[in-house]
Amino acid sequence: MKDCSFTIRPRFVLVLVILVTLILLLPAVGLSFGDPSISSTDQYYIDNSQTETGAHNVVTAIVFDYRGFDTLGEATVLFIAVLAVAMIFRRLHK
Amino acid sequence: MTIGLIGRSAGRLLVPFIFIFGFYIVSHGHLTPGGGFQGGAVIATGVALILVCYYYRECMEKFIPVTSFKLVESAGLMLFICTALAGLVAASGFLFNWLNASGGLFGNPVAYGINPGDLFTAGIIPVLNFAIGIEVFGALSAILMFMFAGLKETTQKEDDAQLSVQNMDAGKKGGRK
Repeated sequence: MKDCSFTIRPRFVLVLVILVTLILLLPAVGLSFGDPSISSTDQYYIDNSQTETGAHNVVTAIVFDYRGFDTLGEATVLFIAVLAVAMIFRRLHK
Repeated sequence: MTIGLIGRSAGRLLVPFIFIFGFYIVSHGHLTPGGGFQGGAVIATGVALILVCYYYRECMEKFIPVTSFKLVESAGLMLFICTALAGLVAASGFLFNWLNASGGLFGNPVAYGINPGDLFTAGIIPVLNFAIGIEVFGALSAILMFMFAGLKETTQKEDDAQLSVQNMDAGKKGGRK
């Protein structure tokens, strides 16, 4: 890789990392922890998930009933991940 | 390249319990913490233990080819989609919980409030749990099988030959480390 004339200076990278971290931390300063502004839906789930879905586990009720479409997307992501692994390792697997 | 007799015996002892525990997590997903993703990952851990403990080419490739895991994974995803589409046909919408409190499969009347819970409740949620469990188990096992195929693996005979050579060398030098 001699023809690669691009060099990375460590000091420049360090300054860049610190700068980006500070920029990303800037919005977090104004947040008030432990007091989310929107809290009407979670109380609704706690009150009504057992009567509406029949599941005693509220997390499962949300994941598989209220947000079932999202779970379908997660399963699809896993499927695509396996496809990618099969593509990368196909030459090793005779 | 093997794990030795102690590791193999421990793996043989542990694998059925790992499978049973994963199946418990999947089937009780609507009652206790856990669910399809977690239980499927636990079952895939058992498959990983088999792969580590035994000789990959001797044990797995002969009896369980990697295509069967891909088939299992696709079957899980298809079960999920078909259950969701059945809600569209039998009731009002995609993924509608039409089995809940219907008296049929997983449709026992639910005792509301604080109670131990009944396994055959919650409608399509256990079905979707099983679908996701099958899919995650197949997906993680297929990934493991694909990655194990990249390893250079020796057979039992080669390992024994190498071990005997090492023992002879140690005997010649007159001692062990």
